Parts: sequence; C-alpha cells; structure tokens
Amino acid sequence: MKEPVFAGRPAPAQPDLQELIGLVARGDHEAFSRVYDAVCGPVLGLVRAVLRDPAQSEEVTQEVLMEVWRTAARYQPSRGSAMTWILTLAHRRAVDRVRSAQAASDREQRAALLDRTPEYDEVTEQVEASLEREQVRRCLGGLTELQRQSVTLAYYRGLAYSEVAELLAVPLGTVKTRLRDGLIRLRDCLGVTV
Amino acid sequence: MTTADLHTLTGAYVLHALGPEERVEFEHHLMECPSCDQEVRELAATAGKLSLVVAMVPPPELKQQVMRRISTERQEPPGPGRARLERRSGGRALSRFVLAACVAAAMGLGGVSLWQHQEANDARQAAQRAERQSAELAAVLSAPDAKLAAGGLPGGAKGTVVVSTSLNKAAFFTSGMPEPAAGKVYQLWFNDNGTMRSAGLMNPATPNNAVLMKGPVDAASGMGVTVEPAGGSSEPTSAPLAVMNFPT
Ligand SMILES: [Zn+2]
Repeated sequence: MKEPVFAGRPAPAQPDLQELIGLVARGDHEAFSRVYDAVCGPVLGLVRAVLRDPAQSEEVTQEVLMEVWRTAARYQPSRGSAMTWILTLAHRRAVDRVRSAQAASDREQRAALLDRTPEYDEVTEQVEASLEREQVRRCLGGLTELQRQSVTLAYYRGLAYSEVAELLAVPLGTVKTRLRDGLIRLRDCLGVTV
Repeated sequence: MTTADLHTLTGAYVLHALGPEERVEFEHHLMECPSCDQEVRELAATAGKLSLVVAMVPPPELKQQVMRRISTERQEPPGPGRARLERRSGGRALSRFVLAACVAAAMGLGGVSLWQHQEANDARQAAQRAERQSAELAAVLSAPDAKLAAGGLPGGAKGTVVVSTSLNKAAFFTSGMPEPAAGKVYQLWFNDNGTMRSAGLMNPATPNNAVLMKGPVDAASGMGVTVEPAGGSSEPTSAPLAVMNFPT
C-alpha cells in the first residue's frame, strides 16, 4: 500500500529499514523481500559502477544480499542507518572483488571486462529517489576538482588512495586529506547527521 | 604514524581506500578516538548517498535467485562480528583497463561511456582493436612518469591529456564533446613550438573518448584540437578549439 504523500514534504523513500532488518534477523522472508526492494537498486548500481561487468556485478550483489540475510542479527542501529550498513557491505565487497580481479593478470578476463563496459543509460530514474539524487549531484558539483576526482575514483572505481594519488599525480597525503575534506563538504551540503 | 596523521584517515577509511596495514592501525585508533568514530559514522552515511546517483533497476530474476537462496541459508546469531581478516592487497599494479577507465571516469561523474568500441560490439575485430589500443593507452597511463593536465573545451566539454616522457607518447581524453557538424571530424595536433603536427583523429560519435595520440611526443610542448573536414587535414584549417600545454 502506498504511503500518503504530504504536500511540501518528500514522501518517505523506503519502509523503515531498521525495523525490517530486525524482522529479517528473526528469519522473516517477507521482511527480507521488502529489504531487497528497498536496497537492491543502489546496491547493484554501486557494485556495477565499481566492477563494470554485469554478470560479476549481479553475483556480488547476491553475495551482499546473502550477507544481509545471514548477519542481520549483528546490525547495530547505533552505528548508523541500515541503508548505510548495507551500502558499506556492498562497497566493501565490490572493492575486494575488483582488486582481486586486478591481481589475476588474466588477459582474457581483462578483455572480457573491456568488452562489457556497462551502458550507463541503463541507470534508472526512480521517481522517489530522484530528488535526493539531484541533491547528491549538485553537492558533488560543489567540491573542488581534486576533491571530486579523489572521492569518485575511490568510491565509484574502488581505487585505493595510493592508486588515486598515482593516477592524479598528487602526493599521498594530499589524497588522504581530499578524501576527508571532500566527504566532509558533501556531508554538510547534504545535511547528513547520524 | 602519528595520532595527528591518523585523524586524517576517516575519509579514506570509509571509502575502503586504505592499504591493509593502515586500515588495521586506523581501526585501533577508532576504538580510542571518539571524534574519529563519530566522523566515520557521518562520512559512511555520506558515502552511501553517492550510490543513489548510480542506482539501477535490478533484473527480476535476481530477486528470485536471492529469495530462493535464503530459504536454505542459515543465519548467524547476534554477537560481535567475526573479526574478518580482509584479504586486501596493497600496492598492486592497477589493471590497465581499470586505470584507463579511471581517468575517463575522473573527468565526468559516473555515467561515462568511454570506449569507441562500444558502438561496434558486433565485431570481435573491433574488440581486439579496442584492446590493442587500450593496451597502448594503458601503457601511457601506467607509465611511472605519466603526467596529467586537464582543461576546458568549448561547450563545457573537458579534455585531459596524459603524457609519458619515457614512452614518448601521449593520450587524450574528452568528456562531453558534442558531435562535430556533418562531414567534419576532430583532429589532434602536437604543438612543436608553434607548428602543429597531426596526432590523428578522434572518433566524433562518442562524447566521451579516449585516444592514443598518433606519433611520438618528441619536443612537443603541448597539443591542440581542431575541427577538420572528414579524413583530416595535413595542417590545421581552422582555429583550434583548444590548445593545452603538456604537464611538466
Ligand atoms: Zn582520531
């Protein structure tokens, strides 16, 4: 059933995830199905941004969701929202995967990756998320070039800060601080509180 | 690492961008530094918002598979998570492809489709060509002395040039380039002390592009982009859209 929408205020984008995770922890399949619906779009998009390969991205997305199922009882609301918890898991796994893929110096695999660069026009415009999404874009636009490059290379491409430094030809310490002050500026622009 | 240094790692930590040793060191620090702990929570929530920009509609069968799997998967009891030792590998060389993709991604947020071969995904030959070109591109990008300079192009487009002196090669990336008028192409030039030397054509059909500049850098101090008749010219026939100095 749809939540009523109040004029002048965005409707809640998701069911109360935290509550749902509590139910999932007790083995509730229906609650898990709703968690899936709420998180799978951003999780898959994030994993795919990092990995690029559609098949691998779906595989890792499945792993993330299975981890949510398995470890729901360990989620600690005091540490952050359920969405943040799940997206952190997703980023972590995507980064691990992309780094191990790089380690395997398999030409074939690389060629395959190259051949399957995702079509970004597959990215959706989910109506309820679009306002927030626009805000994120706007706030990213408010970063300095180096902040934005550092943050996006680390987040969307899964690069270690040493790799970011090498790529942008700036000192390691500079990247560390740009990652921090870039995220701090984003936090303030988005009004994130925990 | 000093405590003052550790305080600056919150951003790299939440972005999973630290090497394994630093990560462990920082996690120890987190246990005794409430201000970093608070900052990490806030920045993790902030980083999560970045995923909204790239959210996708998952294929329906993915949900079916996941729902099927949970019915046979055991759940772990509450309690402290296993101290999972992450298999993280610091200092590995970047995959060439990833490296090349990164530069392009760095120029425009997220949705960058960068390789010319995308339009030719019907042909194995095209894939091989792309691979060969990307290997050359990647060699430039991953050269230890590769340097990068970025600049604006007309219409809000961006160009980035990467030069490796040791390889005597340069690569040029664009994002947001409009398609040139019918019958026209973009041509790249090395700037040899005021004389323009052709460095090949750029695929006009893709706004985000990565090309290896044709020919050696030699003494060139910079590069330029012009619009030329299809097939290119032996010398520029129009004022350059952009002239960039090579990074030094
Ligand atoms: Zn601290």
